[in-house]
Amino acid sequence: MKRGSLAAILALATVLGIVMVLAGLDLSPGPADPASAPPGGKTGTATADPGSLQSRQERGRYLAQVANCMGCHTAQGGQPYAGGKELPTPFGTFITSNITPDRQTGIGNWNEQDFWKALHEGKSRDGRPLYPAFPYTEYTKISREDSDAIFSHLQSLAPVVQENPPGRIQFPYNFQPLLSLWRFIYFKPGVYETDSGQSGEWNRGAYLVQGLGHCSACHAERNPLGAVVGAAGGETLGGGQIMGSNWYAPSLTSGSEAGSSGWPLGEIAQLLTTGVSSKATTSGPMADVVRQSLQHLTAEDARAMAVYLKSLPESAQRPLPAAQAINEQGRAWLERGSAIYEKHCKDCHGPSGEGAPGIYPPLAGNRGVVMTPPVNAIRSILIGGYPPSTSGNPRPYGMPPFAQVLRDDEVAMVLSYIRTAWGNAASLVTRDQVDKSRVGLH
Amino acid sequence: MEGMKTFFLMMAICSAALAFGARVAVAAPVDVPDTMAERVKPCAACHGLESAAGRDGFYPRLAGKPKGYLFNQLRDFRDGRRYYRPMALLLENLSDEYLMEMASHFADLKQPYPPPEPANLTPGEAALARRLIENGDPARNIPACVECHGKALMGTPPYIPGLLGLPRMYMVAQFGAWRSGGLLRGRKANCMSEIGKQLTAEESNALAAWLASRPMPEHDFSAAPLAAQMAQRCGDLVRSGAER
Repeated sequence: MKRGSLAAILALATVLGIVMVLAGLDLSPGPADPASAPPGGKTGTATADPGSLQSRQERGRYLAQVANCMGCHTAQGGQPYAGGKELPTPFGTFITSNITPDRQTGIGNWNEQDFWKALHEGKSRDGRPLYPAFPYTEYTKISREDSDAIFSHLQSLAPVVQENPPGRIQFPYNFQPLLSLWRFIYFKPGVYETDSGQSGEWNRGAYLVQGLGHCSACHAERNPLGAVVGAAGGETLGGGQIMGSNWYAPSLTSGSEAGSSGWPLGEIAQLLTTGVSSKATTSGPMADVVRQSLQHLTAEDARAMAVYLKSLPESAQRPLPAAQAINEQGRAWLERGSAIYEKHCKDCHGPSGEGAPGIYPPLAGNRGVVMTPPVNAIRSILIGGYPPSTSGNPRPYGMPPFAQVLRDDEVAMVLSYIRTAWGNAASLVTRDQVDKSRVGLH
Repeated sequence: MEGMKTFFLMMAICSAALAFGARVAVAAPVDVPDTMAERVKPCAACHGLESAAGRDGFYPRLAGKPKGYLFNQLRDFRDGRRYYRPMALLLENLSDEYLMEMASHFADLKQPYPPPEPANLTPGEAALARRLIENGDPARNIPACVECHGKALMGTPPYIPGLLGLPRMYMVAQFGAWRSGGLLRGRKANCMSEIGKQLTAEESNALAAWLASRPMPEHDFSAAPLAAQMAQRCGDLVRSGAER
């Protein structure tokens, strides 16, 4: 994967670099491109009226929550918005910046225009292109008005003096012209454009999902250069491995993964804002997103997101792995899995995987359990965990971690059993798959 | 054609099974008690009623420890101030209020203590341990254990844990962690990491063995409040996370 991406980037660099030099294109950081004045964007001059400034800051606080700025710009146990969180990726480790208004170490010297340039164009105050680990590829859809409101909220925070170390980006990704090239190919600035054929609610939902919520930053496949596949146009929520983690963000456009076309709107909104519903439970990075961001959605915005998500057209089905003929060895494997299930899982998930919907997820017919790849189910067994504490579900029930209790082959056996019992018909899980998922547990 | 038939047959079986699964889930979901005991079941995978050595470490019992102490540990694990990744992952998305409820649950849990361990100490080692416990070593700025952990060594609620009823190996490991500032604790300078760094291996081993060999007090003990100068010196440990 890594070698492939390296070869790909070098090949691309060579070919496109030559083409662009011939075409006289300037790859160096330059003045803002014409997209800095998007259609429908406001110029956003600050008003002196304190009442209105306060209401704008309040709106900005909400929008910053929806955009989950804090989720990345806060280190574990650190000061909110002071940055310092490490984001591991195949290209190196990025370290988030301090976006409190401290003048030396934060963005105290920035103005609305600087902030807009970062959000909309992916460029820093000094004109340097930013790495798309900062999701400007999605944030570019945010309106100028909302950008200004978020900025006014950030500027109203208490400044935190915190100098964060620079990221550790590997060669050749630390070579800036390559980043400019990447942007040239994969990034097109542009505020969300209303689809006049759809309702206002649908458009609001689309704006939230595509822009502020930046769902496709995770729920999309990325090519070896880290660009969202299909970003140039079309749907981008087809699911993908989350960079630098052992989690798979399921497709939001597939009924066999996390598509919600068959769900009542209320249940979609409930899952987004409380972290649990009778049909699914959030875990891993999605639980983080619910706690940090989605639980703060207004009822209207949660419903708008649900309307949009529910409307997403079903993507082409991925070919399912052919049903395996289970040989004697496989049957023995499943029998041992069944015994482990009996001992460790049955009490909560029930003798037939029926669970207790909304509390302990049913496993029979559970899409998260039979999904390919099985990484999320493996991860859940290894690390356990609780859905987030939210105002709608403040005292969640949880799952014990089994990394300390079960060996890799035992995890593989019990999950293989769960994936083939009670009508589930997914592939068996191997010890190696479990072993790979142990990365980052200590 | 044959493949097609098999496919449809499979589909039919799967849908039937799914429908069945869904019906079962609606008809007879697992009955889940609405209690804290049910909610802390994930803890029990490692933390049994008694302390136990596990595959990757030592899992101390939680029953009866002071509420504020437990809350601070939960919060510190979650926020990375006390480093142990499995605990951080488990608690990642839980609120302070909920962690406090969990702490409260375990603090109120009654569980008899195990019998004392055999001492295996030379008279010199026992005397060394007793001296440190009662007097500390003022020359090295080591306070007496009883100053914070209580005359009966049963802790000073709500933040200071007791030292009796703990296995020797657990205490040896904790002394090591305070001293090295390693995986578990003592990353930040505070009173207990300073004390841990002052203690020699001989001293901490003697303390652990002596403490583990002491029986629990037979009747109730009343813990005096923490002396002001100790509260100040150990401010980082005796305040709740929110106040830090």
